Amino acid sequence: MIRMLVPLAIFLGLVIMLVAGLDTAEERKLVASPLIDKPVPPFSLPGLYEPEIVRSTEEFLGAPWILNVWGSWCWACRVEHPFVERLGSEAGIPLVGFNWKDERDDALEWIDRYGDAWTTHVVDFEGRSAIDLGVYGAPETFLIDHRGIIRHKHIGPIDQTVFDDLMRRIMTLRSEAEAS
Amino acid sequence: MTQPIPRSNPRRYGGMAALITFLVLSLLCSLSWASAIEPYEFANKVEEARFQALSRELRCTVCQNQSLADSDAPLAQDLRRELYAMIKDGRADMEIRQFMVDRYGEFVLYRPPIASHTLLLWAGPFIMLLIGIAIGLITIKRRRKAL
Repeated sequence: MIRMLVPLAIFLGLVIMLVAGLDTAEERKLVASPLIDKPVPPFSLPGLYEPEIVRSTEEFLGAPWILNVWGSWCWACRVEHPFVERLGSEAGIPLVGFNWKDERDDALEWIDRYGDAWTTHVVDFEGRSAIDLGVYGAPETFLIDHRGIIRHKHIGPIDQTVFDDLMRRIMTLRSEAEAS
Repeated sequence: MTQPIPRSNPRRYGGMAALITFLVLSLLCSLSWASAIEPYEFANKVEEARFQALSRELRCTVCQNQSLADSDAPLAQDLRRELYAMIKDGRADMEIRQFMVDRYGEFVLYRPPIASHTLLLWAGPFIMLLIGIAIGLITIKRRRKAL
């Protein structure tokens, strides 16, 4: 009798494992960045309002900053926009908008409609710097410390939970910068 | 018990036809492989073959069950452009793989390296095979004893 129950037990075990796996299915799609705790790959990119002004990563050294990858074509960027705006006003550190594979006119129109949440803009039309940053989708948000080290990366839109987590991390980075 | 033989024959032919259809279709599938790729110019056949091979063994991170060769996603196009530039630049396959791993992690490799953390991945199928053989042998032995 007990021997007959063995296949059933194995089957039930499999079902439990599969159901448990459903919960983390979305998370498993996320690709952990190998760039965490590494220096931010240097880039020099044109601005959005003034394409002739080139901004490079060196300018941001000395204080923590946020890099937010977005595009006017990206619907999830619209979803997270209210929280990006709050980051811009509440984080107290530069929030760099990284406009990725977009048309300048579309990006400006998007900002006109939804508001400019960022303190600085850079434009990566070709997507080469984005590859260096390991960007594979928008939106993505990087936290970079005062030494220029990438400390955290969030993939996907920012919601209340993510916002709270980011703010906590930003406060840590700010106090680290003040202590040094 | 006494199934008339002629009745089973059409079924056998049906199976043959299905097999041929399957083989022809799978041939067509392999022919359509190269179609997602931009018309890049290569100096020689070797460069082209390396490009094809690398784009097939690197994963597209946006559409995760496709390789760079299969995918039409904008990021896959960018990465193919990068791959092409690196091959033109005379960089070695190892360097190109490392370039991708440095940015996107080992996840991009469809053929992960054999290392301590991938040992289970590589050895797993063989371990399962050994377990299967062991169970089979034990079962056969027991049945023989029972006879």
